[in-house]
Amino acid sequence: MRPLDEAETTVVFEKLLKFTGNNLKNIVESPAHEGPDPNPGRYCFRLQKNRVYYVSEALVKRATNISRKNLVAMGTCVGRFTHGGKFHLTVQCLGLLAANAKHKVWLKPTSEMSFLYGNHVLKGGLGRITDGIQPGDGVVVFSMSDVPLGFGNAAKSTQDCRKLDPNGIVVHHQSDIGEYLRMEDDL
Amino acid sequence: MALGSLSKKKGSKSSKGPPKKKQKGDLFTEKRPEKADLSDDSDVSNEEVEELENFDEDSGSELLSGDVDPLADDFLQGSDDEEENSGSDSAAGSDGSDSDSEVSDIERKSRALDERRAREEKDAEDELQTNIAEESDEFWLPTEEELEAEANRPPDLQNLQRRIQEIVRVLSNFKDLRQEGAKRKDYIEQLKMDLSSYYGYNDFLIGVLIEMFPVNELLELINAFEKPRPICLRTNTLKARRRDLAEVLLKRGVNLDPLSKWSKVGLVVYDSQVPIGATPEYMAGLYMLQSANSFLPVMALAPQEKERIVDMAAAPGGKTTYVAALMKNTGIIYANEMKEPRLKSLTANLNRMGVTNTIVCNYDGRELPKVLGLNSVDRVLLDAPCSGTGVISKDESVKTSKSLEDIEKSAQLQKQLILNAIDMVDANSKSGGYIVYSTCSMMIAENEAVVDYALKKRNVKVVPCGLDFGRPGYTRFREYRFHPSLDKTRRFYPHVHNMDGFFVAKLKKVSNSLPTAAAAEAVQSTEQAPLSSEKDVESVEEAPLSSVEDAVEGSVRPSKEDSNKKNNPGRIKREHQNGNGAPKPAADKRRERKFPFRKEVPRRTEIIKAREEKRQALRGTKRKGEGSK
Repeated sequence: MRPLDEAETTVVFEKLLKFTGNNLKNIVESPAHEGPDPNPGRYCFRLQKNRVYYVSEALVKRATNISRKNLVAMGTCVGRFTHGGKFHLTVQCLGLLAANAKHKVWLKPTSEMSFLYGNHVLKGGLGRITDGIQPGDGVVVFSMSDVPLGFGNAAKSTQDCRKLDPNGIVVHHQSDIGEYLRMEDDL
Repeated sequence: MALGSLSKKKGSKSSKGPPKKKQKGDLFTEKRPEKADLSDDSDVSNEEVEELENFDEDSGSELLSGDVDPLADDFLQGSDDEEENSGSDSAAGSDGSDSDSEVSDIERKSRALDERRAREEKDAEDELQTNIAEESDEFWLPTEEELEAEANRPPDLQNLQRRIQEIVRVLSNFKDLRQEGAKRKDYIEQLKMDLSSYYGYNDFLIGVLIEMFPVNELLELINAFEKPRPICLRTNTLKARRRDLAEVLLKRGVNLDPLSKWSKVGLVVYDSQVPIGATPEYMAGLYMLQSANSFLPVMALAPQEKERIVDMAAAPGGKTTYVAALMKNTGIIYANEMKEPRLKSLTANLNRMGVTNTIVCNYDGRELPKVLGLNSVDRVLLDAPCSGTGVISKDESVKTSKSLEDIEKSAQLQKQLILNAIDMVDANSKSGGYIVYSTCSMMIAENEAVVDYALKKRNVKVVPCGLDFGRPGYTRFREYRFHPSLDKTRRFYPHVHNMDGFFVAKLKKVSNSLPTAAAAEAVQSTEQAPLSSEKDVESVEEAPLSSVEDAVEGSVRPSKEDSNKKNNPGRIKREHQNGNGAPKPAADKRRERKFPFRKEVPRRTEIIKAREEKRQALRGTKRKGEGSK
């Protein structure tokens, strides 16, 4: 386990920024309530086996006891670095993103399952959409009952979505909670 | 009147029932004197007698031949039939006699008929007895030739099932229903063989189960193992409330109910139109599929917020996530799992349910104290790897694959794990100091024996788990004697509680120091015997006293001091001395050091002197007596 170095930190924050925008400071600076200490520390990012974890400082201190070979996970996993050095966000950070998301999309009940199988969000399945989305923005996908389903990339801006035909892609799928069942081994 | 008794059975002429009863009594007493009368009866009655006798023989032979398919019901019906048949005949007979003879004749004939009735009934009863005896003969015969024949044929399931039921019936009322010369052991042997071939168990497992349960309960248990337990799920209180979740699931078409009154987060699923493990709510982490018995150790553990908890065998993470939910994501949980392939499901579940206060590591549970430090956490949950004999309904292979060595290996591993678990806990922690040990097995060697071992080796005591609806654990079983506080542990059975077989024990760590002094003093009375035999008289006399006290008071030192206070004020001083020198392992050193400090030594030697003097006196009188002779 080691802290992220400069390059890695920038990459991670860039990705997060796409989804959260200004709320990024919420993520980085919120007081942590984990750990048995009375005064809450803050959260930090740590790298372990090519995975980036978002953990509170109290946990980090205690995890130093555990040797590198045997430490498996801490706190919340945010994403992983691929062999080629690229960084992908994984579905485990959905809770974190959903709490701080700037751009949201709500799906109709009929198209929930389709998204959960890994398909993109079509115009016909769109229930609600927040304003001000630009193409390429990170979008968090919710169900109508406000259950976060996954996240993805916006394909069109909000204005364009209105003009789109029902089969047009609105959000490119990146990750969804169906992966817990489909790809349990890869997580 | 003869008709009356029959009518009781047929239900046709019910009016004559009650008076008939009195008559029966009279008949039996009057039988002998009236026998003489019978010879004087008229032809009609003689014919009747003959007919009735014929019927006796016929029905008797029926019964005898009926042994070929010897169901308990058959011979009862046979005797009913016989009585009914003879009744119908005597009815016809008595009608004829009424029309012909006068009143006195009628009386005589009716008396004769009553007698006939009584004799028939007596015969019927005798036949009943012999039939029962022949019935239990059925359980004998199989042991010799029939067993061999059966072994060659494919197993006749109906036959086996019938025999099992019969043996259970006999064993439940052994005195009355047993056959002469048949020992209880023989019945049980036959039952074992039948059960193992009918249900598919191996001999070892059936033998153990027969020892643990009375026969009726054993059948219930085995039948309960054949059926699966209902699927349960637990609401993730970090993300949803049970009521809301139930609504959403009901809308999806799942038929569910709250689990029981002892759980506020459990739901039981009867059936569902959608796969319950693949709903969007499941994937969003709103609930976890978990069997009802997995709720229990976490409820017993009762973790508080901001505590440090260790879960020593955490995969796949149902209990760990429950602990985190109870702690509301505060504090810290170390989730440890030894087997690498299971780690993935553990991390996936933790992330899915939104647990953020957990560190997952991959150690052998026995190394954990070295990594995390001794006396460093508040509570430990040890859901130990076991033989799985309680979850046969989930995994049928356990029926045939477990042997004595498997159980003993598991037990050894569990003993090591529980000691390590105890070492990790800080006895002085403000809010904790508890260890919960649980297994999904029913074997005494894996449950009570392990807890008893822990009581002897460490300064812990058993406390109530807070689960009142289970059965108390065994404090003694066959040749084993466990600490009496083991009745605060709880056992759960499928046929009683409708959840898989389970065992939960909650221990509180009393002090961080190892009880080497306690061990030497005589918590283990078995060790006492060889030790004391080598030592002086004083040590021999000390041993029984202290072992008795310890057995009564338990291995907790403070209470021992209290009990010792009453006779040995010096002992407390010695306790302190020992406390200072606690880490000394050698029991010998301990013993030798004790003597100089003990104030009781003078008292003991006084007692010894007194006894010696007595013995001398006795010997003196003896010699005098011999001398006089």
